[in-house]
Amino acid sequence: MNIVTAIALGAVTFAALLALARLFRPGSLADRVVALDTLLTTAVVGIAIYSARIGDGVYLDVLLVTSLVAFVGTVTMARYIERRGA
Amino acid sequence: MTGLDIVASVLVLSGVALTVTAAIGLHRFPDVFARMHAASKPASLGLALTLIGTALALGGADNVTKLLLVIAFQLITAPIAAHMVGRAAYRAGTELSSDTTKDELADAPDTQLDP
Repeated sequence: MNIVTAIALGAVTFAALLALARLFRPGSLADRVVALDTLLTTAVVGIAIYSARIGDGVYLDVLLVTSLVAFVGTVTMARYIERRGA
Repeated sequence: MTGLDIVASVLVLSGVALTVTAAIGLHRFPDVFARMHAASKPASLGLALTLIGTALALGGADNVTKLLLVIAFQLITAPIAAHMVGRAAYRAGTELSSDTTKDELADAPDTQLDP
């Protein structure tokens, strides 16, 4: 299980870096919102894998809050784009 | 390594593979809508697989309850968020990729921003 979580954490880090690169690449505001949403989802996956690695559930509350904040943030940005334009 | 650990590992690794696919799709796909197609599906399935794997590895009623809550919440909110971003992007006049063959919303009345 330790090797598996190490590989998984490496892959998640790679995915998070790709999403971060997308965030800083030139593009429309909607592009950045999608990238930020992906980045937060990747963070949730990473925290879950880390909890499995240390065998302790103390970080699971962080998981719940992060997914809530990701949803509220995405919806807020969508409303903002709709009013202001891309 | 018990059988449960093996199942948990397979679930976690397949969820992570989907997450990486989403991140690669963000760079490879041509426009916002194609990128959302790449990004929003692993957000529900990939996350659910990883969290079920974590639940199997951790065990304990409190941990499993929290993880199932996150899965249920994500399954409800991911489509809503994707729908709202897509609608906002279209109404704001985001350019479609030049490979687009058909835009069914082109002459729908309620798709443009109010002036």
